Amino acid sequence: MSKIVFKHPQSLKENIYHYCPGCGHSIVHRLVAEVIDEMGIRGITIGVPPAGCAVLAYNYFDVDMIEAPHGRGPAMASAIKRSLPDRVVFSYQGDGDLAAIGIAESFHAANRGENITVIFINNAVYGMTGGQMAPTTMLNQKTTTSPGGRKQELDGYPVKVSEIFSQLRGSTYVERCSVSSPAGVNKTKKAIKKAFQCQIDGLGFSLVEILSLCPTNWKMSAVDSCKWIDEVMSKEFPPGVFKDNIAARKTAEAES
Amino acid sequence: MSGNNIIGEAAIRAGCRFYAGYPITPQNELTEYMAEHIRNEEGGVFIQSESEIAAINMIAGASAAGLRVMTSSSSPGISLKQEGISSMAACELPGIIVNIMRGGPGLGNIRPSQGDYFQATRGGGHGDYRTIVLAPASGQELADLTMTAFDLADKYRTPAMILADGMMGQMMEPVIFKKPKPRQYSEKFMLRGAGTGKSKFIRGLLLDPIDSEAHNWKLARKYEVITKNETRFEEHRIDDADMVIVAYGTAARIAKGAIKRLRDQGMKVGLFRPITLWPFPELKLRALSAKVKNFLVFEMSTGQMLEDVRLALQGYADIEFHGRPGGAVPTPAELANVIAKIYDKKD
Ligand SMILES: Cc1ncc(C[n+]2csc(CCOP(=O)(O)OP(=O)(O)O)c2C)c(N)n1
Ligand code: SF4
Ligand SMILES: [Mg+2]
Repeated sequence: MSKIVFKHPQSLKENIYHYCPGCGHSIVHRLVAEVIDEMGIRGITIGVPPAGCAVLAYNYFDVDMIEAPHGRGPAMASAIKRSLPDRVVFSYQGDGDLAAIGIAESFHAANRGENITVIFINNAVYGMTGGQMAPTTMLNQKTTTSPGGRKQELDGYPVKVSEIFSQLRGSTYVERCSVSSPAGVNKTKKAIKKAFQCQIDGLGFSLVEILSLCPTNWKMSAVDSCKWIDEVMSKEFPPGVFKDNIAARKTAEAES
Repeated sequence: MSGNNIIGEAAIRAGCRFYAGYPITPQNELTEYMAEHIRNEEGGVFIQSESEIAAINMIAGASAAGLRVMTSSSSPGISLKQEGISSMAACELPGIIVNIMRGGPGLGNIRPSQGDYFQATRGGGHGDYRTIVLAPASGQELADLTMTAFDLADKYRTPAMILADGMMGQMMEPVIFKKPKPRQYSEKFMLRGAGTGKSKFIRGLLLDPIDSEAHNWKLARKYEVITKNETRFEEHRIDDADMVIVAYGTAARIAKGAIKRLRDQGMKVGLFRPITLWPFPELKLRALSAKVKNFLVFEMSTGQMLEDVRLALQGYADIEFHGRPGGAVPTPAELANVIAKIYDKKD
């Protein structure tokens, strides 16, 4: 008897990704879809894709989706969740989307403790628009708008989203992962599952930041991109759990 | 009840169950009214958003989830909402945007003004779209048109705007709330999770220009139907008039006061009041030019609706203009003087 160990997730359509070869978005889509399948929540999940390379995510996820204007995903997701409290609602955002144009919407959704999940793809560039500097671009990293490398005097510092969001009293669970290695991919999936569970248990705002490769704009092979995440990006953006109030909130819920 | 509160109460009675907004004078009473009352309704949600941008996207989200939704603001805040309004039009999401206009441009002031006519009627945001724009001129109409706005937004799956000004928002008038019509809006347009069925998506991005063109034409056809079926206006003392004032909202109230004075002095002046600013009652106004050759457009702006009146009259009649922009509000007496001078000249 054979056992199926790898199959196409039900929550992913059969469409072929438009993402570049080696792109981290494809990996994360699959992980999110696997988690939705495993938790049996396909029918009650509503996703909010961003403006960014993942703008066509509704072509891939087989769950209800509404595309948000650039940066506004968390505002939409907050509203959907408040309108339909028993649905599972997630926004899917890039670093430009979350940490630049949509920082206010993201920050305040977290601060209000909205019971939503944010899947945050940190690829250190604006992928969709052709590799411009992002808020998360590393110091000295060359992009099309930081041709001599990002300079702190001119461009400021990489924005550490997980560190900042974990400081907000409204956030419950914040973890940074990476999809640069098989171990990282497994960890990322666990984090996504935990974040969704946090939401399902009604425990509040969860965010999973994922260091994700963009070989095209980094002008590296996929293998070198993974290395760059591990050796360079992870120094500025160390993976780890930045906040886990799940147990504490559960206790508080039980007591009240 | 104050105008702002009337809008709030009418909205809740019409079944509005989601409101998001950001404080700005002169519409704060509306936000406060919603904060106090919408949560008393089952499923009612109020969010004080971090910005007007967030508010418009929140109502877009809640609209997609199937609720009746509203946001409100005043001029600078409405500017911030434009991307979201364009997006709602593209995604065919119903929702109500209330603009209690104040003096502009820029921060301007907090006095009543009608400087946002272009922004409201020309789309305001980017792309080929229109917004239904209703311009109430009394407390009763604030109530009635708020309910109408929800019905029209649902019927045509498009955002609708209530365009009033600080005077309308803050004045106190008696009102009778009519019984709202039951909501007619199909579940198939709502995103509530796929259940065991097929998943749906709502999007504004259409990368293929042929698809995008088709979508634009589809919207254009919808706007044609709206123009044909939903144009509203009021005619006041028009029958024997040899001069007609064209004005909306607060300006129309002032004009009525002026007309009363002028009539008492024997001058045959009437009022044509567009109630829908988009669709503009173009054909009706043009028909009027068969009888009347003298028109005066009066606005609390430097002349914006004036352009629609010119387009409507197409040179069939003379058009004069009187405007008080930037938050200045003329008295009926002042306007009567202006009208009298022009009236005498024409005689
Ligand atoms: C209001 C607005 N400004 C700018 C854009 C153009 N734009 C689309 S995606 C994007 C950046 C995307 O970068 P990121 O959020 O990091 O996502 P990635 O593509 O890297 O996944 C920009 C600037 C837009 N769609 N809307
Ligand atoms: S540009 Fe970068 S982020 Fe976008 S699809 Fe290609 S690899 Fe992925
Ligand atoms: Mg990016």
